[in-house]
Amino acid sequence: MNLKRYREVILNPLIKENPITLQILGICSALAVTNNLLVTLVMCVAVISVISFSNLFISLIRNYIPSSIRIIVQMTIIASLVIVVDELLKAYDYETSKKLSVFVGLIITNCIVMGRAEAFAMKEKPLLSFLDGLGNGIGYSIILIAVATIRELFGAGTLFGYEVLPLISNGGWYMGNNLLLLPPSSFIIIGLFIWLIRSVKTEQVEEDDFELSKHSTSPDLTKREINV
Amino acid sequence: MFEHYLNIFITTVFIENIALSLFLGMCTFIAISKKIDAAFGLGVAVIVVCLITVPLNNLIYNYILREDALTWLGIEGTNLEFVELISYIGVIAASVQILEMFLDKYVPALYNALGQFLPLITVNCAILGASLFMVEKDLMFTESVVYGLGAGFGWALAIVVLAGIREKLKYSDIPEGLKGLGMTFIIVGLMSFGFMSFGGITL
Amino acid sequence: MNESITKTIGVAFAVCLICSLVVATSAVSLRDLQKENKLNDKRIKILQVADIYNPDQSISEQFSQLESKFLDFNTGMIMSEFNNYNIDEYDQILVTKDPNLSSKIPQSEDIAIIKNRENVGKIYFLRDKMGKIDKLILPIRGYGLWGTLYGYISIEDDFNTVSGIEFYEHKETPGLGAEVDNPKWKSQWKGKKIYQGNQVTLEVIKGKVEKGDKEAVYKVDGLSGATITSRGVTNMVAYWFSESGYSNLFKELDYES
Repeated sequence: MNLKRYREVILNPLIKENPITLQILGICSALAVTNNLLVTLVMCVAVISVISFSNLFISLIRNYIPSSIRIIVQMTIIASLVIVVDELLKAYDYETSKKLSVFVGLIITNCIVMGRAEAFAMKEKPLLSFLDGLGNGIGYSIILIAVATIRELFGAGTLFGYEVLPLISNGGWYMGNNLLLLPPSSFIIIGLFIWLIRSVKTEQVEEDDFELSKHSTSPDLTKREINV
Repeated sequence: MFEHYLNIFITTVFIENIALSLFLGMCTFIAISKKIDAAFGLGVAVIVVCLITVPLNNLIYNYILREDALTWLGIEGTNLEFVELISYIGVIAASVQILEMFLDKYVPALYNALGQFLPLITVNCAILGASLFMVEKDLMFTESVVYGLGAGFGWALAIVVLAGIREKLKYSDIPEGLKGLGMTFIIVGLMSFGFMSFGGITL
Repeated sequence: MNESITKTIGVAFAVCLICSLVVATSAVSLRDLQKENKLNDKRIKILQVADIYNPDQSISEQFSQLESKFLDFNTGMIMSEFNNYNIDEYDQILVTKDPNLSSKIPQSEDIAIIKNRENVGKIYFLRDKMGKIDKLILPIRGYGLWGTLYGYISIEDDFNTVSGIEFYEHKETPGLGAEVDNPKWKSQWKGKKIYQGNQVTLEVIKGKVEKGDKEAVYKVDGLSGATITSRGVTNMVAYWFSESGYSNLFKELDYES
C-alpha cells in the first residue's frame, strides 16, 4: 500500500489546503458556535464524524450510483448521518445540543461535507476517502478550536468554563474583552489567521485583479498623463 | 395585523439578518460577492427560493411532521420531527430543480440571469437555516410567508452591500497576505458589528 | 449500465430504505432519553431557583418535593384541575397562542412586551414539614434586547422577599446582557423586597447599589453595558407582580392564612 498517499490525504487539509482558510468551505457554522470551547469541541466531533462516514459510505457505493441522481443520493446519506448525530446529541448531551440549536442540522449544507463527497469520495477507494474526510474534518476543527480558544480565553477569561484569567467583575484582575464574545469577532479572527497562514505560505496569496500604478515621487509636469 | 407582519419583516431583515447576525449562507456569501451584478442575481434567486420553500416547509411541519400533526387524517400520537431535516432539504432541492425547469421553459430571460445561481442555492445554508428558524420560532403560515421574504431579502441586501464594498476595495493597497479572502472576512466582521446596532428596535 | 432507469430507481430505493431504517432506529430508540432531557432541563432550573438542587440525586425525585398547581390569573385562585389538562404537560407559553386560553394585554399595560398572557398559569409550592408554604416559584418572562427572557423567580412566605431568580432561555448579548446568568449577579437578588406598601418598587438600577443606601433592599445592581436588558428585567418584575400578574394570588394566599 502506498503509505505516502495516505499521509498526504490526511495531512494536507490541516494547514496547506485547509478547508476554511483556503477553500472557503463550511464557514457558516464556524462562526456562530465558537464562543465557548466545549460547545465548539462537540460541534467539531459532530462534523468530523459526519464527514468521514459520509465519505466512507459514498465511496463504498460509488460504482453503483447513477450520475443522474448522484447529488440527491449524496444528500440523503449526509442528511441521514446528520440526523443520527443530532438525535445522539439530544439524547446524551442535551445542554450542548440546545446551545448548538439549528447548527447541527446545518452540517447538511456544510459545503465541506458535500464538497469532499463530490470531489473525493466519488473517485477514490473507501479507506482513502474515510481518511480524507478525517483530514478535512480535523482541518476544519483546528481553525474552529483556535478561534474558540482565543474568544473564550480573552473574552470571558475561562477555558472549558474553568477560570483561567480571573475577571475584575469576579474579584480578579483581568478585564474581559467583550468584543470577542460577540459572534462577529470570529470573522476578524479568521481573517487574521488567513493573513498569518499566507504570510508563511506565500503561494496562497491572491493575485490582484489589476496593478495599481506606482506614484511617481516627482511629478513630471511636461508629460501629461490622464489617470482614471 | 399589518403592523405585526411589518414587525416580523423588519426584524428578519435588520435585527436577525440571516447573513450578518446568524451567519448563514456564508460560503456563497463570500465566494460570489466580488461583483455587484453577480451578487444581485444571486440575491434575487435567494429571495425567490426562500419565499417558496419557507412557507412550503411550514405546511409540511404543521400538517405532517409536528407532534400530533396527523390528526386531520385521523391518526393520533405521531411525532415525525426526526425526519425534519431530510424533508426540508428534499423540499428545497426539489423546488430549486422545478424552479429551474420552469424558468428555462417559460421565462428564458430570467433563467439566463438567475440560472447559473440556482444549483448553488440547494447547498446554501441560508435557505435551510431560514426553514429551521421558522420552525424554532413556531410561526403560522402567513407569518412564514413574511419570514421567508424577509430572510431572503436580508441576505440579498447583505451580499449586495458586501459586493459594493469589495468592488471599491480593489483600489486599496492591502497587505499581501490579507488580500482577497482575509480582508473580506474582516470586512464582513465589521459589517456584522454594524448590524448589531439594530438590536433592541421594537415596532 | 449505470444509467438505466431500473438501476436508477433501484439504487434510489435501496439508499432510501437503508437510510430510513438507520434514521428511524436511532430516533425511536433514543426518544425516551430525549424526552427526559427536555423535561429535566426546565426542572433543574426550577430546583435551582428554589435552592434545593443537588446534582447527584435523581431529578424527578427532587422535583417531587415541589407541588405544582394551576393559577387563575384573573381571580388569583389556585386550582388543582383545569380543563382536563395534565399539570405536568400543561405549557403556559404554548397556550398564549390560543385566544381562548389567553388574553391580549392592552398596549398601555404591556410593559414587559409579552403581548399575550395566559389565563391560567402554572406555579410551584415548596412546603416545609408542617405543610406550611416555604417558598413560591413563579414563572416570569419579558422582552430584553434581542428577544424574550424566560425564567423563574422564587418568593419567601411573606410574599415580598425574593429568594432567587433564574433564566432558562434568553438571547441577550454574550458578555453584556447574558450576564443575567452570572451567579454573582443572581445571588444579590436573595433578600430583596418587591413591594413597598402596595407598589412594586424592586428595580435593576443603572450602576451599582451604593453602600448605606436606605432603599438598597429595593435595588439590584445594573448589568454594565446592558441598559436595555436591565430595564427589561425591571419591567418584567413590575408586570408580573402587578394586578395583572401575581398580586391577586398573594392577596388570596394572605386571606387564606
